[in-house]
Amino acid sequence: MIDAAHALLVCFLVIAGAAFFFIGTLGLLRFPDFYTRIHAVTKCDALGAGLVLLGLAIWRGPDGEGVRILALIALLLISSPTAGHALARAAFRTGLKPWTRNDGERDGEIPGDASERD
Amino acid sequence: MNEWSLIPLFWGTLIFLLINAFACLWRGLAGPTLPDRILAANVIGTKTMVVLVLLGLAREQGIWLDVALVYGLLSFTVTLVAGRLLETGRLKGAWKQ
Repeated sequence: MIDAAHALLVCFLVIAGAAFFFIGTLGLLRFPDFYTRIHAVTKCDALGAGLVLLGLAIWRGPDGEGVRILALIALLLISSPTAGHALARAAFRTGLKPWTRNDGERDGEIPGDASERD
Repeated sequence: MNEWSLIPLFWGTLIFLLINAFACLWRGLAGPTLPDRILAANVIGTKTMVVLVLLGLAREQGIWLDVALVYGLLSFTVTLVAGRLLETGRLKGAWKQ
């Protein structure tokens, strides 16, 4: 069932997924503003986790555990974008203005509390 | 099971993801705005889910997949509830202000 080609494919998928996780972490740490961070992290985490889990599902084969990992991938592909969108909309409605180039080095703060929303 | 035992690869990826999770923890601490901290929690949740699956396969135990599934559901719900609390300041009633 598991031969060299399978193992090589699983290795490639898992390492590619880990690489995307690393890119997502870099985006989270280095980007200047909340919106840039969330766009980087949501995409990279969903893709990285998808690749890693796909590799593991292939390695586990189509029996009980492989199907469970595929269910996990389906859950992840549904939940990660939804959570990212809900959080970004909540931040925008709370008045967090997106960072623009002439805003200087770091990102904008939330002006006042939620009651001053325009 | 086969001569191509990928267990060390899973352990390596697992440790790599944990290091990434601690880097995201720093964003959670240093994040200037509140949504940054919620985002860091969400990101760590996703990474932990993959770590749980890797742990399950590294230790040849299938129970960890169910743990990862429940954890994925919970971390998703936490982000939604935190986003809603951030936006409307309350938990009961409709999401609209």
